[in-house]
Amino acid sequence: MASIPDDAMRRTPPGEAPPPHTTARVVYRHTLPLRIMHWINAICLLILLGSGLQIFNAHPALYWGQRSTFEHPWLSLGATRASDGQLRGVTQFGAHRFDTTGWFGVSKMDGQPTVRGFPSWATIPGPQWLAMGRAWHFFFAWLFAINGVCFVAYALWTRHLTRDLVPTRRDWRGIGRSVVDHALLKHPKGEAALRYNVLQRIAYLVVIFVFGGGVVLMGLAMSPRMDSVLGWLVDAVGGRQSARSIHFLFAMGFIAFFLIHIFEVIVTGVGNNLRSIITGRYAIETETRDETHQ
Amino acid sequence: MKLINRRRRFLRDALVLTGAVALGGCDKLSETDWAPKVLGSATGLSHAAQRVLSRNALAREYTEADISPVFRPNGSTNPQAPEYRALAAGGFRDYRLGVGGLVAHPLSLSLDDLRALPNRTQITRHDCVEGWSVIGKWTGVQLSRVLERAQPAKSARYVVFRCYDTMDDDSEYYESLDFDDAYHPQTLLAWELNGKTLPIPNGAPLRLRVPRQLGYKMAKYLRRIDLVASIKDIEGGQGGYWEDQGYQWYAGI
Repeated sequence: MASIPDDAMRRTPPGEAPPPHTTARVVYRHTLPLRIMHWINAICLLILLGSGLQIFNAHPALYWGQRSTFEHPWLSLGATRASDGQLRGVTQFGAHRFDTTGWFGVSKMDGQPTVRGFPSWATIPGPQWLAMGRAWHFFFAWLFAINGVCFVAYALWTRHLTRDLVPTRRDWRGIGRSVVDHALLKHPKGEAALRYNVLQRIAYLVVIFVFGGGVVLMGLAMSPRMDSVLGWLVDAVGGRQSARSIHFLFAMGFIAFFLIHIFEVIVTGVGNNLRSIITGRYAIETETRDETHQ
Repeated sequence: MKLINRRRRFLRDALVLTGAVALGGCDKLSETDWAPKVLGSATGLSHAAQRVLSRNALAREYTEADISPVFRPNGSTNPQAPEYRALAAGGFRDYRLGVGGLVAHPLSLSLDDLRALPNRTQITRHDCVEGWSVIGKWTGVQLSRVLERAQPAKSARYVVFRCYDTMDDDSEYYESLDFDDAYHPQTLLAWELNGKTLPIPNGAPLRLRVPRQLGYKMAKYLRRIDLVASIKDIEGGQGGYWEDQGYQWYAGI
């Protein structure tokens, strides 16, 4: 009995207790508000990313500083016409230039090679349409921010933040071990799988507070009206064009997180993970169960 | 192993499909009448929130060292209207800015009349809706001083700016501001850029500066100013050329 934490038992829904002598047990892992906020967040991020890339495409170049130094972007997705008359997409990163035809700079629209930063399959709307991209972006930016504030308030109130997300001292000491385990794709099983591991905790905290908070602040720092009161923030990051660059980098950070998140969801059991974030129910293996109950 | 592969393939397909449906759905929704209206409601929220948070705060003013080597012109850069060509040929000596509509005293102001009013010079940033920024030094008269002379009627709610430049669809450029922005101390009618007479690509002889909003609000080639109670009956009814093409009337974000 000692191996099963009290709160894990409490989270087992009534009537769902598995028959004795089985090795799987279903626990109620994610509460309804968390599941709703997770999916609102997922939809918001998808639309914010697509519409954000649409807005980026209106001027597919990024700079550092207060103003644009048009000859020297640190990143640009441009196009040139090759000697054979074909359009070539050119991604420029610092002093480096890469041919990214088909992906960045030049990609097909309705079968025709077209000059555009990001390809139409990645933008909302698909065709070049800045006004509509902005409409989608600002609507879902509000939803994203409100949802984010609700999540943090809920996580504080229910102690989800302090109990499940902030790493404990023991977590920090085990960080080396956790890195090795992740690299070997060794994931905790049984009761231990109910607890977020240290890398997971750090990742969630960075995504919520650094990427999430940061992307909103950098968005506000791009607003000419808000800059009349957020001048300190704009200056702190080096200027409005720096804010635009950092906003973009945070968005790339979300993509990186999303890819790792999906990877981990797959390697730790797609069905079980998906069920737990939809219905709340998560199955764990409890190998000691028979012994403790007999 | 096979099962895992099949699951993985299913998940991949499901993700690709969800993505495609979501993105395709967004395109379909963008074409409806109602969805853009729903999405547009967020701009009203942004405007209200930003008004509360920033009130009459001033846009950041920069130093000479921050000025962009070239103030990138955008949109119209050389209006072809015969009226405008004639004025330009005469160095804008015959230029008159009309101020009318719901005012007690309609005005007709030459550039010298405007220069005789108290001037203001400010080095401010210009943010284009496309995402880029340039910094320039502007000299002009505060719009509020012109409005004080014209004395808007109680019923007036908006200031509409009519321009000489014609857009691709043959309609003339126009813009509008509410009184909050029209009376803001940094809202200028400017005739000088970086210490020189305003060049034609940047809006000669007179253009609007509203540094707390995006570039498209800052109408160039000003022809006249009208005070109105509503913008609903003007052109496309959205309060500006780009607004009639779907851009937000409030461009502070």
